[in-house]
Amino acid sequence: MSLYRAELRRLVLRRLTRWATVLGLAVLATVAVGVFLSNQKIDDAARAKAQVAAEQYWQQQVRQTEELRAECEQAAARGDQSDRFPPDCSQISPPPRDVYPAEQYLPTTFDFRASFGQTLMALAGILALVGFVVGSSFVGAEWNTGGMMTMLLWRPKRVTVLLTKLAALLTGLLALAVTTTVLWFGSFWLIATTRGSTEGMTAGAWQSFALAGLRGVVLALVAAALGFGLASLGRHTAMALGGAVGVVVVGQVGLGVLLDLIEAKFIAAWLLPTYVQAWVEKEVVLQDWQLCQRNPFGPCEPETLTLTWQHSSGLLVVGLVLILGGACWAIRRRDIS
Amino acid sequence: MTAVLEIEGLQKSYRSRRRGTRNALDGFDMRVEAGQVHGFLGPNGSGKTTTLRTLLGLIRPDGGRMRLLDHEVPADLSAVAGQVGAIVESPQFFPHFTARETLSLLATAGQVRSTRIDEVLELVGLRDRSRERVKTYSLGMKQRLAVASALLKDPRLLILDEPANGLDPGGIREMRALMRNLAEAGTTVLLSSHILAEIQLICDSVTIISLGRRVAFGPVEKVLAAHSAGTVRVRLEAVADLPEAGEALTRAGFRVTREPDHLLLEGVEEAAMVTRLLAGQGLYVSELVWVDADLESVFLELTATAPAPGQSRQVDQSARPAMVGQRSAGGWGA
Repeated sequence: MSLYRAELRRLVLRRLTRWATVLGLAVLATVAVGVFLSNQKIDDAARAKAQVAAEQYWQQQVRQTEELRAECEQAAARGDQSDRFPPDCSQISPPPRDVYPAEQYLPTTFDFRASFGQTLMALAGILALVGFVVGSSFVGAEWNTGGMMTMLLWRPKRVTVLLTKLAALLTGLLALAVTTTVLWFGSFWLIATTRGSTEGMTAGAWQSFALAGLRGVVLALVAAALGFGLASLGRHTAMALGGAVGVVVVGQVGLGVLLDLIEAKFIAAWLLPTYVQAWVEKEVVLQDWQLCQRNPFGPCEPETLTLTWQHSSGLLVVGLVLILGGACWAIRRRDIS
Repeated sequence: MTAVLEIEGLQKSYRSRRRGTRNALDGFDMRVEAGQVHGFLGPNGSGKTTTLRTLLGLIRPDGGRMRLLDHEVPADLSAVAGQVGAIVESPQFFPHFTARETLSLLATAGQVRSTRIDEVLELVGLRDRSRERVKTYSLGMKQRLAVASALLKDPRLLILDEPANGLDPGGIREMRALMRNLAEAGTTVLLSSHILAEIQLICDSVTIISLGRRVAFGPVEKVLAAHSAGTVRVRLEAVADLPEAGEALTRAGFRVTREPDHLLLEGVEEAAMVTRLLAGQGLYVSELVWVDADLESVFLELTATAPAPGQSRQVDQSARPAMVGQRSAGGWGA
């Protein structure tokens, strides 16, 4: 317990932890402020204004159409055979009024039920990034500076020291992620109240958002544990960060290009971000349009593949077991120099 | 006396596909008695740090036995870790933490009372600078902090690898006094260092290692005596007679080293043999003194690492002692 307390304190004292947290929160705050500023509350005045705008635009279109028809008739009278106008000028007719509904001219507004789910993806992504960087640095810097060796001189149980350190990391990150998620919910509820609508928020909708938020928190913890495990395996922070860059550049971009060249089906199903999205948003439906392109007759119905959060959880568990298991095995077996 | 540290037949090899197998420790023995300051000497790459790391559970040995404070290690290392303070090689700390934060984290992890932090800061002379970040410290101050971290446990056995590294002359003297005070208070100190004059000044006993094997051990004065017998310094009334005297003594079987104003003779059993021989040649001795070897010359002789003019010695070019005769008949490294 004393080791756990010391590690928790070390985590909070570390400069990178503080900077990464401040930076992550700053990005999230920027997103929230941006959403606040770019949305407006829809009231009767806004609706009347939109009605007027729609009417004006329709009338402008009617005027332009009549002018065009007049030009067409004049051209026909001159015997002009050019392709500028149709053979029958009566085909040029003004658009019906209902083509320009007033709703199109309303300012953007934040509908909590319709839009909040998408913002949870951004929240989970930022928290996961902070978790990965802090997690990898927390143990990587210890290996690099000899701090791990010093700690093992005090507590010569290697796996216990490593896992206690991980537990302290996850505790700290859990506190950050839960607090941030609660603040995120509160901020966007406030934005919806002042700059949009909170209509339609049933118990089911709340439950769905709460579970998505929870999965976002879990994603951040998993990212931190993976960063921690990779840095411990390589005994350097750069191992985790380099590994992440390698996975993104070679594993994802390269694989994407290769799969595209061989015209593989459901390319996105091979890419990690798809599983992250499926994890947070509960499911992702992939479409493959190749079959549709080969059949020129009839309506196009692309083949679909649904990836759910359960698929993603399998991937996350396998990754965690392999990397953390490897880190525990390595610290038991390898000499510390 | 009671031994607090015993090593017998310790072996550690490093295998590499390109360079083959290298024996870092090749049946190394060691014994440190309680309450002593024990010097641990050896050339670079001789296995000192590997020994200390193996003893502290950081490196897995390939063979041999080790005991620390009556416990087999590494099996029972957890039972004695709280009583062993150690710094191995150049310890490094988080540059943005203060010395006090660094020690406080260790104290929390090791369940050491917080008042001990002030005590060790006082001991190593960092009391007034303890709230400054470690990145502002000089090498010597970092070394003091490392010693403070090792002392934090109030250990029964203190293992220090090059503790004087980076210290100014005053700091070296303070460190020497600290070692002696600790030893007088009952703490056993194992000191690895290349500053042989310091070792000779503060250590009760030494172990010298070369290429992974023990080449000498025991009380400092006995080790010196064993390797300084039969050396005398001879001065003559006339310095101009030194070449002639040197030739006469060499012909008589002595090993002679010419110095500008005197001769050094090795292998002398009786001083009278020298005076008689020189007097027979008409050469008259003005001074004849038995010379005590210092630890540096003994070290250089035992490890065969004395620099030779015109030659550059490689790291692994040290004396390889024969196994036979180096190992004691029985017991822990005795």
